[in-house]
Order: sequence, then C-alpha cells, then structure tokens
Amino acid sequence: MATFFGEVVVAPSRAGLDEEEEEREETPEDRQIRRELEKKREVDVLWSGLAPEPWACSRFVVAIGRNAAAFLSSFILDSVCWEVVGVVRLWNEWCRTSSATNVLPTDSFCLFYRLISDPTVLLCQCSCYVAEDQQFQWLEKVFGSMQKEGLQVTILSTCPLADYKTQESTLTLASPFLKALKTKEFQEQVCCPLLEQPNIVRDLPAA
Amino acid sequence: MFVPCDRGGGSAASDFKGFTLLMPAVSVGNVGQLAIDLVISTLDMSKVGYFYTDCLVPMVGNNPYATAEENSTELSINAEVYSLPSKKLVVLQIRSPFIKNKYRPFCEALLSWVKGSRYARVVVLSSSHAYQRDDEQLLGTPLRYLLTPDLEKAVGGLMQELNWKEMEKVAAYPGISDTDKVLHIPGGGITKLLFTESCSKGIQMAVLLKFCSEGDNIPDAFVLVNYLNEWLQLVKSESNNSTDSSSQWKIPSSWRLLFGNGLPPALF
Repeated sequence: MATFFGEVVVAPSRAGLDEEEEEREETPEDRQIRRELEKKREVDVLWSGLAPEPWACSRFVVAIGRNAAAFLSSFILDSVCWEVVGVVRLWNEWCRTSSATNVLPTDSFCLFYRLISDPTVLLCQCSCYVAEDQQFQWLEKVFGSMQKEGLQVTILSTCPLADYKTQESTLTLASPFLKALKTKEFQEQVCCPLLEQPNIVRDLPAA
Repeated sequence: MFVPCDRGGGSAASDFKGFTLLMPAVSVGNVGQLAIDLVISTLDMSKVGYFYTDCLVPMVGNNPYATAEENSTELSINAEVYSLPSKKLVVLQIRSPFIKNKYRPFCEALLSWVKGSRYARVVVLSSSHAYQRDDEQLLGTPLRYLLTPDLEKAVGGLMQELNWKEMEKVAAYPGISDTDKVLHIPGGGITKLLFTESCSKGIQMAVLLKFCSEGDNIPDAFVLVNYLNEWLQLVKSESNNSTDSSSQWKIPSSWRLLFGNGLPPALF
C-alpha cells in the first residue's frame, strides 16, 4: 500500500495474522527465542509488608496512564496517610519500570499504596504502558493476591478526545468530560453519564 | 475458558448438546464478525456467557445491540456467547484481534470447548482477500463454502441443490504444474487452522466465506449473512429479489459512526 508520502508500507491485516507467521512451523530456535522473549516480558509484582495472600481488600482504585496517575498524586496521595506496599516490574518496547519506589512524575512506574488508617483500601498508580501480551498477566498477578469478596474496584483512565465517537464533531464538544462504564453488580450512583455506543475502552483499563 | 452468565437458568442455560455453533473468523474486512452482529441483533439473542481468555486483545463497552435506554448499560467484552434455544443456535462473537502467538492456543481451547459441549456442528463465517483470486475465481459468485468430511456426509447434497461453489484448492507451489493442491485462505485469519483441525478431530464444521477487500464491508456482511440464511433459514426470506434482501436484517446500534464523527461546521 502506498502512503501519501510515496513510501510503500505493508498494511496490517485485519485478520490479525501475518501470512508467514501462519504458514511457518516453529523451529527449535524459534521456540527458544520466543521463550526468551516471553521471559523478558514477564510481569513481576513485588509486594512488601502485607499479610499472607490472599489479603483482605475492600476498595481498590487503579489509575492508569500519566494523567490519572497525576490526578492521584495531586489530590489523594501523600506520605502521611499512604504507604507504598507494592511495585510492578516489567519491560516492553515502550517502557521499563524498576522496583524503585521513590519515583519522579516523569518516570514510568507502577506502584501500589495502602491507606495506613484502613489497610483494606488500596491505590495503584500505573503510569507505564502495559503491552497487550502483558495485560492478562498483570491482571492475574495483581488480583490473584487479593480476596475478591466484597471488593469494589474503581478504574481511572483517560482517552484522547479525538477517539470519542459522536454525531457532532469533537471540536464543538466542551472538554474534558467524564464518562463511565459499570458492571451490573455496581449498585451505587455513578457521578457522570455512561459511555454511549459505539465507544469502547481498550488496553489495561479494559482488561 | 467459557464462563456462563448466571441468569437463573442454571445448568439448562448452558446445555448446548445438539446445537449449531455459529462463529466468525477475524478476517479481511471483518465480514464474518459484521455478519454475526446482524444475526445476534436480528434474532434478539440473549447473552449466555463469555470467554475468559488471554488470547484476545481486551476491550469493553456498553451493549452493542441496545435498542433503548434500559438495555444499553450492560457491559460487553471481546468474546461473548449468545443463544437462541428455539432454533438450537448458539453464536460466538469475537470483537478483537489475537495477541501475537496466541491464535493456536485459542483454536485449541475453542475446539476443546466445542467437543466438550457436544455441538452438532460448527459454522464459521469468514472472508478472503479478493485480490488473491485467480482468473476463474474472478468470474461468478464471490461466495464459497467448505465442509469437513463428517459434515459433507450430512449436508453435501444440500449444497449441490443450493448450487453453492466449494472453495478451490490451489497449487502448493504456484507456477509449477505438478504439485499437490492445498487449501489456501489468504486473509482468513484462523479459518484454515480451525478447518484443518476440525477435519482431523472429526468435528462437523462448515466454513462460509466471501472474497472481499478492506473498505466499507457492510454490503459484504449482508451478502454473507444471506448466503448463510439460504442454508440455515434463520429468518424468513422476504422475496427472491436481492435488492430486498437487506430489509430482513436489523442493523445493531453499535454500527453508528463506523467512518468517523460528524464534521465541524467551521470546515465550510
């Protein structure tokens, strides 16, 4: 496919599979490379100072992306009421996080905080990008450590206005604005309108 | 992998023995998936469960088949199962692509679920790149079918009566005349893998596909779903006139704005 600038690019197939990938059998070297890559892309969740798993958790707020993480830093988190109890270490093409807990807002990190006065309240700031193949692992390893009875989860995230599908043009919309998605089990009042069709949510918030 | 919704139907709601499973392959133009959307929307099918899988890219949104305020707030994710017991039909809808290297485990898990649930047969709706057709395929109908040997015995005769065309095999090494003929479905995603695995596992599977290109694939979806209807008779065919054929299918509300938002008035 020729682009506007005259270069030729291979358009990604909507089928989701490359022809070569489909036809070729995996050689032992391919398998080895694939395993090494999988190991490199493993998500490690390191907890500290917590009770043996699964531990009790009543409320879990997850802020995904720099904006949502900054919101928590500006309005909720402080060093008096909250303590760091966990960190996620991962690597992908877009970012690498470490196990350091004293981070700058411009770093890529994924940290967990607990409210000192009520240790069942947990916050997560995830400013790093969690790749497609790592999202499920992140989910299982984080939620696998907590009791899910009576747990209320709130996910905060942002999306570009240009991605919002609406009848009128997005130029005329008053932004920023809030939209929500909720499960049937969530019975409380939602503070903003629900996300209309045909809009969807992707990546870690969706997972 | 399959997680049933607890709707009070209990185990009866997930008893699929003897049913037909209809599913799409994520393929060129997403034609299979669009056709499945039409089936679910028209037949007003109820969700009976979903797949909890790490093989598909995650996504979530509100009910794509919403018809009113009241039914628009149910969450919907990337792989969901709907059922219509009166027609012994179960439909799987897949809404996102495969994560790299995960399509094989997904196919294995899917076929294992198919066998375990004792479906009578599986029908896969798919598509293939139109530009890969040979000279003969450029003429005539763009629709093709495939049947596994077990299903061929049951419905092969019906396909002859319907005057359907079987998908042609191609030379394994194009240009060399003496080579074996193999099945090749470019742009078909997991279609070929599902079909070949079903042949070897004795699963009764049919593939219905259309040759198409990327673009506005809504008309392709209508053509494919009408093709399916010739066989399964899911909705009454209003008339034999093909221009009327789109009226019996209900377009879901989620198909709005497929090609972008409204334009800013300041542009003009």
